[in-house]
Amino acid sequence: MSDDARTDGGTVSETSAGASDGALSGVDGYRVLLYLGLLGMLAFFLIPIESGLVTSFKTSSGVTGSLPFAPPTGATFTLGKWQAAFDALGRGLVNSALYAIPATVISALLGSFAAYGITQSDWKPKYKAPILALFVAGIFIPYQAVLVPLSQFWSMVPLEESLGFLWSLGINDDYVGIVELIVTHVAYGLPICTVLFRSYYKNMSEEMIEAARLDGASIRRIYRRIVLPLSGPMFAVVLIYQFTQIWNDLLFTLVLVQTESSAAAPIVLILAGLGTSLEGQDFALRMAGAFIAALPTLAVYIAFGEEFAEGVAT
Amino acid sequence: MTRNTDTGDDSGDAVTDGGVTEDPSGSGFSPIAALNDRFGSDFVESSQFWLPPFLLVGLFVYGAIIWNFLISLTDFSGFGNPNYGDLDLEMYTRALAESGFVDAAVNTFILLVGFTLVTLGLGLGLAILVDRNIRFENTFRTIYLLPMSLSFVVTAQFWAWMFNFNNGVINIVTSSLGLGRVDWLGNPDIVLWAVMFALMWQFAGYAMVVYLAGLRAIPNEHYEAAKVDGASTVRMYWRVIIPQLKGSTISASVVLMVFALKAFDFLYSLVGGYRPPNGADILATKMVREAYANLNWAYASAIAIALFLMTLGIVGPYLYYQYNRGNL
Repeated sequence: MSDDARTDGGTVSETSAGASDGALSGVDGYRVLLYLGLLGMLAFFLIPIESGLVTSFKTSSGVTGSLPFAPPTGATFTLGKWQAAFDALGRGLVNSALYAIPATVISALLGSFAAYGITQSDWKPKYKAPILALFVAGIFIPYQAVLVPLSQFWSMVPLEESLGFLWSLGINDDYVGIVELIVTHVAYGLPICTVLFRSYYKNMSEEMIEAARLDGASIRRIYRRIVLPLSGPMFAVVLIYQFTQIWNDLLFTLVLVQTESSAAAPIVLILAGLGTSLEGQDFALRMAGAFIAALPTLAVYIAFGEEFAEGVAT
Repeated sequence: MTRNTDTGDDSGDAVTDGGVTEDPSGSGFSPIAALNDRFGSDFVESSQFWLPPFLLVGLFVYGAIIWNFLISLTDFSGFGNPNYGDLDLEMYTRALAESGFVDAAVNTFILLVGFTLVTLGLGLGLAILVDRNIRFENTFRTIYLLPMSLSFVVTAQFWAWMFNFNNGVINIVTSSLGLGRVDWLGNPDIVLWAVMFALMWQFAGYAMVVYLAGLRAIPNEHYEAAKVDGASTVRMYWRVIIPQLKGSTISASVVLMVFALKAFDFLYSLVGGYRPPNGADILATKMVREAYANLNWAYASAIAIALFLMTLGIVGPYLYYQYNRGNL
């Protein structure tokens, strides 16, 4: 129905020009302009990525000697930069996964708990509102406002000592940074997870839950038996959104792991300094590194684009 | 808001009964009953779900902000620990007197406003294009939103290459148009606009998604009424449709402004260090540089408070607006 209305709307401007009949207008000037606009924007969004991709396959002379968006030819083609980038970033890929995956799962679960406790239970809305407001405001806090205390906090917590059994297993004690990153990302990811789940639980059918409560089911039981099984679609949205956010974040890794030479350095931290040296910048290496770092989030995005769009739109 | 209150009261009665019959231990334990009396029947039982996350957020977000404010009142710098015995506003007066801070604040403001406006504009344009009953709608939408899924660290690599003086795409285009080459990242007068352009590229898809949801929520009658009145397409959007997107505009601008305040990751990765290109220093980069490169912890905390207040100035009214509309 909406489609009809809009197609017609387009045709109105067309008939004023005189010629065509709405039913026959497969190709008219207006549609051509529309698609030209759409394709132009497509080029705008893809050129930086395309230029990066072709550059990553070029030798150093190819990078300076050919147009940035032209594909490499025989003599300037190389896989060497990808190899070098992978050698530099490979360990970062593992390190990033080590904190991004647990932090994503934990923050989604806790966010679901919090949203359920606030939304689907009965206590006075006037007391719920401030708690909810604190969660919502937490989404927007610039992380700079908590960085110095965060550094202080983690330097005071004897985490490294209490995890001694890990280091005695032969794990490098730099990995204490990974544990800190998990806790930190859970804490700062919780507000957005809670708000996403809340918007979902608010619209959930209340009959089933009320029926269960009349039967005397406890709040915990209702969550396990009714709410959690129905939360699947929202978990997909939250997990995808959170994973992308945590994987992509640089600031916390910079503060908590600090140097890219650390054994626990996440991929974004290594990438930020990749290909930049006193002799100049190796752009082919930087591009190849950028793609390797982007691969996990790109894969998630291509597989679950709808859920990602839903996550950012809320 | 009213709807919420009603349902809350209704089911509240039902559950009070259920709770009493089900929970024999509750009758003997008076503090819990008193709490439930005060806050609502499920307050204590539901707290096992919301209280731990709430405490975590309270500690890490709000506790840390208060702590940050305390540190900003000390003279803490270098190694060691802050001395909380001697508190004053010295760091704030120092900030206001330093031209670097004022420049960074001005740049932050320019980036905030400029980036938000151009991104909203482009996003609205994209949303209208995509909403015109086109073929391959999903493909177009997916590609427009794609940069949003990339890390600032990744997009900074792309744009460092795009803006490259000798071989970058942008300069190839400008010189083929006869405009000559421009040192986009090296010229302090231009670099902020170049950064804004790159950020717009990354976030226009986000604005599009928000506007698209807004456009789809407008009833068809409005399109048809405009058509019956004989309005042209442009006029229809300008007079009838766009005014109805106020809600989308407000929520998208708040999120975009907050992104602009956080643009640290992008600027850091652009140069691979704490010092962004001359002319592109914003409060977010200056704060981290003062703290982690210069070890001026207290001074950095004071800058962070300035950044926090800017955020509060944007988010506070937004939360109030949402609260009044019953969305909280």
